[in-house]
Amino acid sequence: MLSQFLQFLLAGLTVGATYALAALGYTLVYNASGMINFAQGEFIMLGAMTASALVAAGFPLLSSLAIAIAFTTLVGFAMAKFAVEPARTTSMTSLIIITLGAGQVIRGAVEIGLGKGNHALPGLSDDRPLNVLGAALAPQALWIMGISLVIVITLFWYFNSTMHGKALVATSHNRLAAQLVGINTMGVLTFSFALSAALGAIGGVLLAPITFTSYSAGTMLGLKGFVAAAFGGLGSSVGAVVGGLALGVIESMTAAYISAAYKDAVAFVLIILLFLLAPHGLLGAKTSDRV
Amino acid sequence: MTISSRFAGIGLLAAGLAIFPLLGPNAFVYDLAIRTIINAVVVIGLNLLFGYTGQISLGHAGFLGLGTYASAVLATHAGWAPLVALGIGAAGTGLLAFLIARPILSLKGHHLAMATLGLGIIISIVLNNETQYTGGSDGMSVPAFAIGQWQLRGDRNWYLLVSALLLIAVWAATNLVHSPAGRALQAIHGSEVAARVAGIDVTSVKVKVFVLSAVVASVMGSLEGHYLEFATPDSAGFVRSILLMAMVIVGGMASIVGSLIGAVMLTVLPQALSAFQGGETIVFGIILVATMIFMPNGLVPTVRDRMARLQS
Repeated sequence: MLSQFLQFLLAGLTVGATYALAALGYTLVYNASGMINFAQGEFIMLGAMTASALVAAGFPLLSSLAIAIAFTTLVGFAMAKFAVEPARTTSMTSLIIITLGAGQVIRGAVEIGLGKGNHALPGLSDDRPLNVLGAALAPQALWIMGISLVIVITLFWYFNSTMHGKALVATSHNRLAAQLVGINTMGVLTFSFALSAALGAIGGVLLAPITFTSYSAGTMLGLKGFVAAAFGGLGSSVGAVVGGLALGVIESMTAAYISAAYKDAVAFVLIILLFLLAPHGLLGAKTSDRV
Repeated sequence: MTISSRFAGIGLLAAGLAIFPLLGPNAFVYDLAIRTIINAVVVIGLNLLFGYTGQISLGHAGFLGLGTYASAVLATHAGWAPLVALGIGAAGTGLLAFLIARPILSLKGHHLAMATLGLGIIISIVLNNETQYTGGSDGMSVPAFAIGQWQLRGDRNWYLLVSALLLIAVWAATNLVHSPAGRALQAIHGSEVAARVAGIDVTSVKVKVFVLSAVVASVMGSLEGHYLEFATPDSAGFVRSILLMAMVIVGGMASIVGSLIGAVMLTVLPQALSAFQGGETIVFGIILVATMIFMPNGLVPTVRDRMARLQS
C-alpha cells in the first residue's frame, strides 16, 4: 500500500511541477503589470505542439525543443507588443478579454497549422521506469522536477540580485514610482510576457511526453496554473511553486482514492472555496515584499 | 431616450422580425436566424449583469447548459412534459445562482472572473462525467418541444416562438434599464461605494440581476436543446461562455441594441468561416482584441459617441 501511495505522490509531484511553471508565468506577468494573462495555457500548448511538429518533421529532439521554446517566447513578446500595449487601458475586464482573445488566436492558428489530433513528444531520456521504494518513476518525471527546480532558483536569484529583476519587482509595487526613477515599465511588461511564455513552453515540452498534447490542451493547463498561482497568493514565486506542487498532489490523490473522472474539477472547487475563505491565498500576505 | 423613441425601437425590431419570413428564407437561413435569436436573448440577460452592472461572468454557458440538460434528462429519463422540465430547470438554475451569488459577487476583478469561470467548468465537467444520464461527451438526444398533444416543429414555428421571446426580452430589459432599479445597476458599475452611499442595497441588486441572467440563460438553453433535438456538454463549455461574453463586448456594453448586433455578428460570422478549421477561432480572437483596442465600449456606444460629436 505504501508503494502505491508513493506512486500517486510521485505522479502528483510530476504534474505539479509543470503547474508550478505555469503558475510562475502568471506570477511574473501579475507582478509586472497587475494583470492576469489568460493566454498562459496557450503558451504551454504552443510550446508542446511546435516541438512535436518539429520532431515529426525530422528535426533532432533537443534543437526541436529549443526552437519551440524560442518561438513561443517570440509569440509572447508579440502578444505584449501588439495586443496588450496598444490597448492603453487599466481596466481589469478589458485586459482579461484581450488576453483571452490573444489566446484564441494562438489556439486557432495551431488548429489550422497542426490539426485537431493528439500529438506525442519523446522524452528527454529513455522511458524505462526507475524503481523508487517499490514505486515506478518515469525518468521524464525526474527531468521535469529537476529543470523546474533550476528555473525556480534562477528566477529567485534574478529577482533578488539583478538590477533588471529588481526593476520588475519595483514596477509591481508601484508603477508610477518605478517610472519616476527611470524604469522602463512598458519594457518590463513586454519582458514579463516573453519570459512567462518561455516558462509556459518549457513546461509544455516537459509535460507532453507524459500526457500527449493537442490544440485544445492549453485551456485546462492554463486554468490550473492560475489556480496554483492563486493558491500561493498571486505574486509570490514561492507560493506559486508550493501551490503548483500541492495542486498536482491533491489531483493525483483525488484520482486515486476518490474519483478519476472528477480530478479536473478539484482545482476549481478548491479555488472557489479559497477565494471565499482566504482571498489572498494560503501563503500570500496582503502585500508581498519579496518575490 | 424618451418613452416614444423606446417604443419606436421595439416597433422597428418587431417589424424587422415580422418581415424576415416574407423574404422567403431557406432552411439554412432560418436555422441561423433561430440560433442568433436564442443567443441574443441570453446576451441581453448577460449584458444586464456585465454591461450594466459591471460583474464579469466567464461561466455563463454553465447556466445555459443546465437548462439544456434539465430539459434533455427530465424529458428523456423521467418522461416529464417539456414545459415542466423547462420550468424545473429554470427554477433549479435560479436557485443555484441565488445560493452562490452572494459569496461570489463579493469578489472583485480577476477573482470574480476566475470564480465564475471555475463554476462554469465544474458544471461542464459534471455534464461530461455523469454519462448514465447525459451520455457524456457524445451528448444525448432531446425530444421535440411539445405542449400536450401539440408538437412544435418546423423552422417557421420555431422562428416565431423565439422572435416573440426576443421582443419580450428587449421590452423587459429596456423598461428595467430605464427604471430606478436599472439606474441602480448602472450606479454599481460606476462606483460601488458611491452607490452604497446613495442608499442602494448593492448586494441585493447584484444578486437579483445575477439570478435573472442565469434563469434567462437556462430557459433559452432548454429551448435550444429542444430546437436542435440534441444536447452536448459543449453548450455549457468554456468556449461558449467566452462567446457569449464576446457578444456583449463587441456589440456594446450597457446597450441592448448592442447585444442584438453582437449576437448577430458572432453567430453569423463563425458560420461563414466554418469552411476552414480553426479560422473562426482566429477571427474571433482578433475581433476580441481589436474591439478592446479600438472600441473599448463596443460597437454601438462608440458609433453613438461619434454621431453625437459630429452633430455638435
